[in-house]
Amino acid sequence: MKLKGWKELEMGAVIPEAGNAAQYNTGSWRAFRPQWKEENCIQCLFCWIYCPDSSVTVSDGKRGDFDYEHCKGCGVCAHECPGKKGNKAIVMVEEGN
Amino acid sequence: MSTPLRLKELSKKADLLTGGHRLCAGCGAPIAIRQVLLAAEVPLVASNATGCLEVSTTIYPYTAWKIPWIHTAFENAAATISGVEAMYKALKKKGRVDRKIKFIAFGGDGGTYDIGFQSLSGAMERRHDIVYICYDNGAYMNTGIQRSSATPLGANTTTCPAGSVIHGKQQPRKNLTKIMAAHNIPYAAQASPAHWRDLMTKVRKALDVDGPAFINILAPCNRGWRTPTHNAVELCRIAADTCFWPLYEYENGRLTINYKPKEKKPVTEFLKTQGRFKHLFSPDSQDLLKQAQENVDREWENLLREEACWREEAETKGEG
Repeated sequence: MKLKGWKELEMGAVIPEAGNAAQYNTGSWRAFRPQWKEENCIQCLFCWIYCPDSSVTVSDGKRGDFDYEHCKGCGVCAHECPGKKGNKAIVMVEEGN
Repeated sequence: MSTPLRLKELSKKADLLTGGHRLCAGCGAPIAIRQVLLAAEVPLVASNATGCLEVSTTIYPYTAWKIPWIHTAFENAAATISGVEAMYKALKKKGRVDRKIKFIAFGGDGGTYDIGFQSLSGAMERRHDIVYICYDNGAYMNTGIQRSSATPLGANTTTCPAGSVIHGKQQPRKNLTKIMAAHNIPYAAQASPAHWRDLMTKVRKALDVDGPAFINILAPCNRGWRTPTHNAVELCRIAADTCFWPLYEYENGRLTINYKPKEKKPVTEFLKTQGRFKHLFSPDSQDLLKQAQENVDREWENLLREEACWREEAETKGEG
């Protein structure tokens, strides 16, 4: 986003576009990347409810892949994932590997 | 009809806090706030006291909020939202608004327990129809981990550093949830994002009551607590299991404990997970450790006793 000059700013520095932080990429912060293993997923959606960055996509009650634009790689999802028969459905892998 | 509190159903609702905010990786606050916003079934207007949440979610020209949101200073989130609620009532009376809107204020423990305390107390006493949510991470984390009155006994912060003479914070924390309940407000509760259904039920109750409500939510901070980034939710769970952070609610003054651990764990189980308490495990800090356990035990036993009294009274009245 191009920053506005002071003459173009809204009165009171109001931000009229709700939720425009979605345009900001925090995915570059990641040192570890969560990887979703669908075969071990029981669709409990704990990853979704516990994600601090709203980065687990869910459509029609079923989870999809991660939103890597915003995921900071904290690993809460992988830690909370119950998996299937002891096999996690989310594993953390080092970025760049 | 309200959305059932099942993750499958809730996931179909719009997330009102977007990604792209700049809170630290693994922060407990946005987990709690997302759950609060997901629980709400009515349009919300929020004010937010200065703190990590306020600063990091709204770095200009971005905002992560999808609800009308007002930045306020450290001390007046409750005063601001009181004013907005009063204006809403006036506009409603004049027929210029007919929608049902609810008003909510967010603050960290610094902005709630300390700096915003008088405006919060005032708003509660004036009986504004608002909900105040405190996310408690136990210090001024945003400015660099200074002690607050929510900082637990023995914690190492930058203004009560653990050294050879003083072993971290020397005073126990203030019990704000009980202070809020003592305002005789219709609803006051304590919750944690690990117990998401309990938290959301409490948010719904708080929004439903006519009058002020307060919810205190535990929000782990990996920078201040000196923990890895992945275990915020687990720490909340241990906090409830050790009764360091009991989950309870006051409905019109009547206490209910919402979670009783099958086996109450020693508080060391919670303390040992965090670097801020590391020094407590040295031989010369044993008295502080003992005191920490005694404080937790006393608070928990008081809660149990109080709940038993309420139950007894209900039984004698034949309410069951």
